[in-house]
Amino acid sequence: MAKVIKLRKGLDINLKGKATAEVTTVKCPGEYALIPDDFCGLKPKVVVKEGDNVLAGDALFVDKVHPEVKFVSPVSGTVSLVERGERRKVLSVRVTCDEQQNAKEFNTDGDVKALLLESGLFGFFRSRPYDVVANPDETPKAIFVSAFNSMPLAQDFSVALKGQEQEFQAGISALAKLAKVYLGINPAQKELESTTDCEVTVFDGPAPAGNVGVQINHISPINKGEVVWTMSGEEVIFVGRLMLTGKVDLSRVVALAGSEVIAPKYYKVKVGQKLTTLLEGNVNEEGVRVINGNVMTGLKTTKEGFLAAHATEVTVIPEGDHADELLGWIMPRFNTFSTHRSYFSWLLGSKKEYAIDARIKGGERHMIMSGEYDKVFPMDIYAGYLIKAIVTGDIDRQEALGIYEVAPEDFAIAEFVDSSKLELQRIVREGLDILRKENA
Amino acid sequence: MKALRNFFDKIKPYVEEGGKYHAFRSLVDGFETFAFVPNQTSRVGSVNIHDAIDSKRIMSFVVIALMPALLFGMYNVGYQNALVAGQLENATFVGMFLYGLLAVLPKIIVSYIVGLGIEFVVAQWKNEEIQEGFLVSGIIIPMIVPVTCPLWMLAIAVAFSVILAKEIFGGTGMNVFNPALITRAFLFFSYPAAMTGDYTVWVSQSSIFGCGYNAPEAITTATPLGQAALEGFSGYDSATICNAITGLIPGSIGETSFIAIALGGLLLLWTGIASWKVMLSVFVGGALTGWLMQACELTEIQWYEHLVLGGFAFGAVFMATDPVTSSRTECGKWVYGLLIGFVAVLVRVLNPGYPEGMMLAILFMNLFAPLIDYCVVQRNISMRAKRAINK
Repeated sequence: MAKVIKLRKGLDINLKGKATAEVTTVKCPGEYALIPDDFCGLKPKVVVKEGDNVLAGDALFVDKVHPEVKFVSPVSGTVSLVERGERRKVLSVRVTCDEQQNAKEFNTDGDVKALLLESGLFGFFRSRPYDVVANPDETPKAIFVSAFNSMPLAQDFSVALKGQEQEFQAGISALAKLAKVYLGINPAQKELESTTDCEVTVFDGPAPAGNVGVQINHISPINKGEVVWTMSGEEVIFVGRLMLTGKVDLSRVVALAGSEVIAPKYYKVKVGQKLTTLLEGNVNEEGVRVINGNVMTGLKTTKEGFLAAHATEVTVIPEGDHADELLGWIMPRFNTFSTHRSYFSWLLGSKKEYAIDARIKGGERHMIMSGEYDKVFPMDIYAGYLIKAIVTGDIDRQEALGIYEVAPEDFAIAEFVDSSKLELQRIVREGLDILRKENA
Repeated sequence: MKALRNFFDKIKPYVEEGGKYHAFRSLVDGFETFAFVPNQTSRVGSVNIHDAIDSKRIMSFVVIALMPALLFGMYNVGYQNALVAGQLENATFVGMFLYGLLAVLPKIIVSYIVGLGIEFVVAQWKNEEIQEGFLVSGIIIPMIVPVTCPLWMLAIAVAFSVILAKEIFGGTGMNVFNPALITRAFLFFSYPAAMTGDYTVWVSQSSIFGCGYNAPEAITTATPLGQAALEGFSGYDSATICNAITGLIPGSIGETSFIAIALGGLLLLWTGIASWKVMLSVFVGGALTGWLMQACELTEIQWYEHLVLGGFAFGAVFMATDPVTSSRTECGKWVYGLLIGFVAVLVRVLNPGYPEGMMLAILFMNLFAPLIDYCVVQRNISMRAKRAINK
């Protein structure tokens, strides 16, 4: 039996528009894009030119600091655009895919790390501290894989796993050759309890129990000087496919969910796929926000955007910027979700589904209420004090309070409940970036 | 609603940067955000959805929680006036309430105008949104002063506390001391005669606009605690305990009724705005200390009487629980609350010159709250440091 860790702190938000477990395959849609910004901490160097022909698995760009870390094309085709922004920053590299898909063949017999680097899958590793793309020169203390995402409307990994169990196991076994692997699952994922070559831990509790950072904090917290790598469940499947077939196949099963989606369900797509292929005719036209990822940690994009590298779901919610809600400070607001008892969500039970829009619903203030973050922050860290240390730029105190253990996503629920409306994820991201620069 | 929206949309260009009436930006902005929930949506890179709670709603609910004590306080002002005038049998409920309203309303208005005025100016100057903290302080301040406190004194004290106890530190959320208590402390030390003096301050003794009664002569009416301090144990009448629970005793406007305060306290606990840990531990700390003092034969006041007399309940429910100035860690809240109760009763019993200790106790512990938190957080820090060494 796997060890069970019960988590009390956290919050599950019941949102409207959950994806049904039906998987639809989307036809090859023409253009794909790989976006360097999806890989945090990366300085991209584009290694292809517009008009080049690439196979699935050929590098599109590499890390300037560690050129052996490659980021590869999900499809075979022609490089159609290297999109650049201000100061020639690379925004995306686009590939128009061929009718006939061809993939580069890799030799899977050699060193696993070299293979992952060559095939571009190493880039999917994220390392803590800093929550950035892993550095191949470092030796991680362990590799953590969270096989579930507990955020509202997030992908149910069991749906993605169906039929891919062998690949998942092969992926875990490959990772185990690099370092000890810890797998975090939720109580419903019985099929994963027997996964071998790793230590399985069951996390039973509300969001953010599925965050790998929370799991690390409870299994083996990161100390100063230590490095751990993390990978999401579906990316482990990528590794498994590579080990079994010798080809890179970045196919994902993503959830299309949210209150503005007409028929929320799962789609089999590839990393970098154009979102119009999923969204066309399937979402309400006006006043919607398309999110690459889930409502808590995902990035706002457009209907013409591309599936982000790490995104396991696409969420569409109302933007709400013309809501003009009257006298919010005193009205009962029965249809509004709040954890606070000055609203009536507690009365309507946890079964009621809410369609929450993207409004902040208040003005930014200094931290006023105490203990708000701690209630939804299931780590042995004083979240409020850590945020203050980051805001004041006190690096010694950040270290002392455990900044090496956290990633922005761990603060997502705290940011949701915050009555002072502080942008906690942004604060943590900026803090980590500064710290990384200082420690470099 | 549409008309209101249009109105704000129409005047907005005038108050924005470079507009003709830019000096009123914070004012218009403040009223607009009260009229409508801001339509601003979250930025890229932050969480996409938000809880509907904001500081406006929190502060509004604290004000609602203060209403029972305030309304009862108004009635009690009229009741005490009729009592000293010997006209209790002739006075009507409505008459007494109306008298109280007339006596208290100017204080509320002065407190809000001075305090919010400064807040609007500061918000304009710092180019920030107006902060809601003073909505609560502004109504607490008239409730914790004697009914006869002159308006000019109140105005000076409010200005002093808003500027020096709050804005200088950076506004709501950054202040070390509770601004309402600083107002009271300022009055207490600057104008002691008007705050306790010869014990004529607690009851309004003249009629207002024909309402209420003129007392035949200046009558000394001490609060029960004042009486006990003034005349020793003999002057203390245990029968007042029932009146202290209902609130029909002389005292600061809002502090007298235990029942009315308890109603507000329940709302604060239910909505989770006030920490139950702080509230409970203040009462426990006060009760234990009261019992100890009694056991040592230092006082004849029963331990439970300490909890209902004077400003103890009001302080415990509405001021010790101020989230900004109290301890922010969960363990720290217990220590913070217990020490407030302890210090308040200690001052009451051991300091013969000062019958009420709640104000000083809370201010004193406001000062120490960061230290308590420091110790609690330090434990987490040491644990982490130790883990790194023992790995």
